[in-house]
Amino acid sequence: MEFAELIKTPRADNVVLHRPFYLAVEGTLCLTGHHLIFSSRRQDNAEELWLLHSNIDSIEKRFVGSLGTIIIKCKDLRIIQLDIPGMEECLNIASSIEALSTLDSVTLMYPFFYRPMFEIVEDGWRSFLPDQEFELLSSVTDEWRLSCINKEFSVCPSYPPVVIVPKSIDDEALRKVAMFRHGSRFPVLSYYHKKNGMVMMRSSQPLTGTNGRRCKEDEKLINATLRPGKRGYIIDTRSLNVAQQARAKGGGFEQEAHYPQWRRIHKCIERFNILQESLIKLVEACNDQSHNMDRWLSKLEASNWLTHIKEILTAACLAAQCIDREGASVLVHGTEGTDSTLQVTSLAQIILDPSCRTIRGFESLVVREWLQAGHPFQQRCAQSAYSNSKQKWEAPVFLLFLDCVWQILRQFPCSFEFNEQFLIMLFEHAYASQFGTFLGNNENERSKLKLQQKTMSLWSWVNRSEELSKFQNPLFEANSLVIWPSVAPQSLQLWEGVFLRWNRPSKFLDEAQEEMINIIKYNKELQAKVNALRRQLAEMETDDRMQENL
Amino acid sequence: VENVRLLDRLSSRKAALGTLYLTATHVIFVENVSETRKETWVLHSQISSIEKQATTATGCPLLIRCKNFQVIQLVIPQERDCHDVYISLIRLARPVKYEELYCFSFNPKLDKEEREQGWKLVDLNEEYNRMGIPNNYWQISDVNRDYGVCDSYPTEVYVPKSATAHIIVGSSKFRSRRRFPALSYYCKDNNASICRSSQPLSGFSARCLEDEQMLQAIRKANPGSDFIYVVDTRPKLNAMANRAAGKGYENEDNYSNIKFQFIGIENIHVMRNSLQKMLEVCELKSPSMSDFLWGLENSGWLKHIKAIMDAGIFIAKAVAEEGVSVLVHCSDGWDRTAQVCSVASLLLDPYYRTMKGFMVLIEKDWVSFGHKFNHRYGNLDGDPKEISPVIDQFIECVWQLMEQFPCAFEFNERFLIHIQHHIYSCQFGNFLCNSQKERRELKIQERTYSLWAHLWKNRADYLNPLYRSDQSQTQGTLRPQMAPCNFLYKFWSGMYNRFEKGLHPRQSITDYLMAVKEETQQLEEELEALGERLANLQKSQLNDNKVKRKQQDRSKQLGLSTSDNSLANTPQEYSNDLKSFPSRSPSQGDEDDSALILTQDNLKSSDPDLSANSDQESGVEDLSCRSPSGGGCLPSEDSGKDSDEAVFLAV
Repeated sequence: MEFAELIKTPRADNVVLHRPFYLAVEGTLCLTGHHLIFSSRRQDNAEELWLLHSNIDSIEKRFVGSLGTIIIKCKDLRIIQLDIPGMEECLNIASSIEALSTLDSVTLMYPFFYRPMFEIVEDGWRSFLPDQEFELLSSVTDEWRLSCINKEFSVCPSYPPVVIVPKSIDDEALRKVAMFRHGSRFPVLSYYHKKNGMVMMRSSQPLTGTNGRRCKEDEKLINATLRPGKRGYIIDTRSLNVAQQARAKGGGFEQEAHYPQWRRIHKCIERFNILQESLIKLVEACNDQSHNMDRWLSKLEASNWLTHIKEILTAACLAAQCIDREGASVLVHGTEGTDSTLQVTSLAQIILDPSCRTIRGFESLVVREWLQAGHPFQQRCAQSAYSNSKQKWEAPVFLLFLDCVWQILRQFPCSFEFNEQFLIMLFEHAYASQFGTFLGNNENERSKLKLQQKTMSLWSWVNRSEELSKFQNPLFEANSLVIWPSVAPQSLQLWEGVFLRWNRPSKFLDEAQEEMINIIKYNKELQAKVNALRRQLAEMETDDRMQENL
Repeated sequence: VENVRLLDRLSSRKAALGTLYLTATHVIFVENVSETRKETWVLHSQISSIEKQATTATGCPLLIRCKNFQVIQLVIPQERDCHDVYISLIRLARPVKYEELYCFSFNPKLDKEEREQGWKLVDLNEEYNRMGIPNNYWQISDVNRDYGVCDSYPTEVYVPKSATAHIIVGSSKFRSRRRFPALSYYCKDNNASICRSSQPLSGFSARCLEDEQMLQAIRKANPGSDFIYVVDTRPKLNAMANRAAGKGYENEDNYSNIKFQFIGIENIHVMRNSLQKMLEVCELKSPSMSDFLWGLENSGWLKHIKAIMDAGIFIAKAVAEEGVSVLVHCSDGWDRTAQVCSVASLLLDPYYRTMKGFMVLIEKDWVSFGHKFNHRYGNLDGDPKEISPVIDQFIECVWQLMEQFPCAFEFNERFLIHIQHHIYSCQFGNFLCNSQKERRELKIQERTYSLWAHLWKNRADYLNPLYRSDQSQTQGTLRPQMAPCNFLYKFWSGMYNRFEKGLHPRQSITDYLMAVKEETQQLEEELEALGERLANLQKSQLNDNKVKRKQQDRSKQLGLSTSDNSLANTPQEYSNDLKSFPSRSPSQGDEDDSALILTQDNLKSSDPDLSANSDQESGVEDLSCRSPSGGGCLPSEDSGKDSDEAVFLAV
């Protein structure tokens, strides 16, 4: 298919662009296969806007006489308005954008066409390999092994080819366990707590069904992570009620009788359309320009977004507490083990493991616990808050995770190597990107799409010093401790940087950021100067003393 | 009283055993733990209510709520002791004479001269001069010399030049409590001004020629504009109801060239109830997000804050953008009017966003114009219906602005919190009484100390590290957005949950940056000193250049390794200097702390009710919202950090 077929009017002049907090600009609008480009072409102050079609969540058009107006709502939550003279042009452009922003085939997406303009220092596709992770692990414990049982994605389609499992469990047993777990997602290692050797595993629900099926191998597998005489905790991210209902559909939860060494705790993290609805309501509240305070607060409350944040953070803190404080191993799962499970396991690691609070460590976490663990990015991030499609599989699971990270970052502003911008960047790229990293729903699909060969990795771009400097937190001081965030309602806030980003002038907050950087930069410069002078003086004084001595 | 338990509001199982002391000025609780003997001091004047609850098996609980939002729960073993404490505190917390207040016994060990100097720190005449007054349009009037015209106004009042004594007195007779229109702020760039008064006694039809002339004079004092705004900060309904009592608002037909405007800020009773409701939300034990947000909305608190802010924004816009003068009033012109005038001034003039300027602002719009501190903040036992968090709301408006304009204010959040604290503490004389007249009669300045001097002395603690006088937001008018989705009004946990440290960010950006800046300053000094020494050395070496060269040659010949020696010879004092640098990692101390307390938590408690959603098998200590947050938050102020406490202890 040629994109040109979809573009009936590739260019329109005298288009006026409206954005909140900016003056309207007149210029030329161009449509290409993947971008909407607006250029003001003004001599003094040329302004350009490049918008990926895949970033467009919904489009509305209306007419006053022959002047058409298109309102474009983006997945990054921005809203822009274009006034296009000429009814036909406007209709053509609107229908082209609609078609180009809803292309069915993944291989037509921009990442397959994007050619980087920067030099690739490090290939991001090879930056975070499971073997390296395992090497680190085997330097502290030999109780685990790397299993290639899923090499051809034959055992579990949503797992990566290699997984880390207890050494004492052979592949044959794993195959049996896979039959007993939803979507074959058998328990695998998620995190090893060096401090006390406790572990966090994740899986999907066991398929106990109504007649209480059991699987000895499954019991053996998870028991293999327990120290003699110790108990572990199973954190089920569903309420007991939901978990019980799941039995009717063949799912279920670990029966106490069959898992006597485990205590099960149910948490209640919502999924799917409930989360999507929540996002839609929240964004609607954030775009409500009314001056009415009651309305704002009640809409914020009704969206339930912060309730979800609180639930997720609480479950993650609980998992971390079991591991670090109770000295117990933990198994986390919900139903499929691809959504709330990953929110909990990844946030727990941020709380427990200082390395996850560095830029590289966080990237590695996203790769391990989200991409390789099979969070279906393509389904979940297909649409954002403005779409009317309302598909069951769309849900801001990853955005909620990032929001939770931001909440912890806000409470521990000096303990993270990255800043808020880094999290916002990840949010943007999960929904629309020139890079292939977030395409596909699991490693299996990614390998079929040959993303490594055909697209560029986000990490290749981010991990260059030019980009990294934008994402560094000037206040960072390595903090080797476990950080316990507060999850009281008073401590949780709306993430302004994402949800009010396009609705407020950011100038003053940006100035504050800049000033922070300046203060610290100046301090470091002085420190270097003083050290240099000290050295110089010391040398000269030595000379002097030698002179005296002589 | 011994063997008293101080409960932690957040986790019911964690309680400190200790001894309770009552002194003439404070309630003091000292923990029994011998190494720390942690102390909690509460001024009697901070106590807002004491509640004796039903006796339980463990003892008799006593709940003390403070005006600075501290809540203290004590359990006293013997009911009789508890009753005695209760009776004593009721009496002590409600003094009937000014002389009983702490400021008359408080002695920071300053001599007379220092005290006088302290009172001179804020000089309102100087402030009006700074605004450019007196000038061709405005002059100081002495009509209120002996408080003869208005006893709640200051003696020195600025009025338009064309307003004669006759007009002023005439106008004052037509205004509630004779609070005639007087200048609050003057913008010398465009001659626009903010004046303030009380409501006119217009009833349904009454007129007053002098009052009309007074407003005319205000308009004429701004030659660039042909009208003035008259802003009535009350809801229209309230103002209309006042007409029945012979009061009311200006009729546009009677006053030439005014534009009249209502801004619906609710009265003190509504505000008092609103705060009460919000504090109930703050006190909820492990509320859900919905409970909290719903309670916050239901309290209406942020709505009221926004109403005050909106009024200030309206006035600032009129003055700065339209160049139109504004007359502001409410009923008596000492609550809402003070809030709105001071918010507007703060938006308009960067000076008020400096530490000194902010003191001046409070002194000008609140203290001098007769805001009834004694009644509003219940310093002396009085009518509980007079109490209302009027200045608290203003202080919160400032905080909300600080959140949106992080570089615009010279001071930080701590400054605001400490001012709020001292408005209630009665430790300093600034906020005593209801008017300048009463303060003069009591000879406050001769008998007490000024808060401003105390804050100024410790100003290093109150600096906003991000403030830079050359930044765009530090200059000119601040123009905040009005819709809640553009200007996020936040719940101020730093104030209303001030003593629950576990709820706050565990690392403070402000403190971190302040430490960095302090270190930077020391580095600068050291750099200079090093530079001097280097220059001296070079000079002397230059003099001995020949000698030196020879010697160097010789040293080479001798084969001495200079590098080794230079290391050993690194001057000792610098490394000491380095050690004395302020701790750069707020994380560490804090962290250890929180980790430690969590451990204790874990050892002691395994709280089944924490996991509300769990089935019976899960007896694990579940992580309720409170558990990690409960860390390190005995409701006492951390005396090491707080300069106020240092003062308390010095007594």
